[in-house]
Amino acid sequence: MDGTIAPEGPVTDDTWTVAGRTFQSRLIVGTGRYKDLEETGRAIEASGAEIVTVAVRRVNLSDTGAPMLQDYVDPKKYTYLPNTAGCFTANEAVRTLRLAREAGGWNLVKLEVLGPPPLLYPDMQGTFEAAAVLIKDGFEVMVYCADDPLAARRLQDMGCVAIMPLGAPIGSGLGLQNPAMLRMIMENVTVPFLVDAGVGTASDAAIAMELGCDAVLLNSAIAHAKDPVLMARAMKAAVEAGRLAFRAGRMPRRMGADPSSPLTGLIR
Amino acid sequence: MHSSVTLTLNGESRVFEGPADGPLSVSRLLAVLGLETKKVAVERNEEIVPRSRYAETWLASGDSLEIVHFIGGG
Repeated sequence: MDGTIAPEGPVTDDTWTVAGRTFQSRLIVGTGRYKDLEETGRAIEASGAEIVTVAVRRVNLSDTGAPMLQDYVDPKKYTYLPNTAGCFTANEAVRTLRLAREAGGWNLVKLEVLGPPPLLYPDMQGTFEAAAVLIKDGFEVMVYCADDPLAARRLQDMGCVAIMPLGAPIGSGLGLQNPAMLRMIMENVTVPFLVDAGVGTASDAAIAMELGCDAVLLNSAIAHAKDPVLMARAMKAAVEAGRLAFRAGRMPRRMGADPSSPLTGLIR
Repeated sequence: MHSSVTLTLNGESRVFEGPADGPLSVSRLLAVLGLETKKVAVERNEEIVPRSRYAETWLASGDSLEIVHFIGGG
């Protein structure tokens, strides 16, 4: 492939790789907070995502025949990325991911250790503790973290396979509040870099990609839209547009006008 | 002869009758609960029980089990 892009149709040669797995789509979507599993399946299909985050929870033992996520989001078609959402200590996160590995049979996971509501801000001490145990135990850890350049670098040095700071609190939909800091962190990280929380609408995802992120992870922005399937399509387009713009290289900003039409040959 | 086993399952105390021919295994428990082993994972007293060892992992009164699966999440 020579890197050219057909005037219409998908870009097929611009892939990204995490922990040795290569993906075409740069959008990772959550599977939570949809109206029902049927809507979950349709929105994920529309997003074009190849990786989906999933939670690990107790089976409802009084209703073991209830429909399961796997019936609507095929684990053979999508890479399941188990998360530790709801874990407030390193130990809870480690236990949860060991169970996930047993249930799914894979090592690629998303670690998040959270502080208390209302911010659910990444608890970096707990995150470091859990990451150390998980990496020693053979997991490939994509890590949700604060937008802290030192923490990001330390997580990479420990062996995390992707660094994923927040753009704003989980589920807030505030959009990226910290584009300059994200950019500065990214420049010091060599493993894949993703924005993992805060996206509210399509332009936010495009901004993340224009900054140079390898991919964007989001859930609520799709699930809480009035029409989640339509928003999933919007996110797909936004991530692709943002990525293309990053690759194209934006024009320099200038303080003042620079006309697009020639200033010569004007009628007088 | 049946012996009863009291387990804490996902935080709730439940009593099970062991099979006549021996102690209660994790496989047997999952079958009694109607769970497909392929779709769940089991932790016993905070230690993972590998799926390959369900048949030979024996449960005793006082054991605490977590039985989990994947659900939607972000």
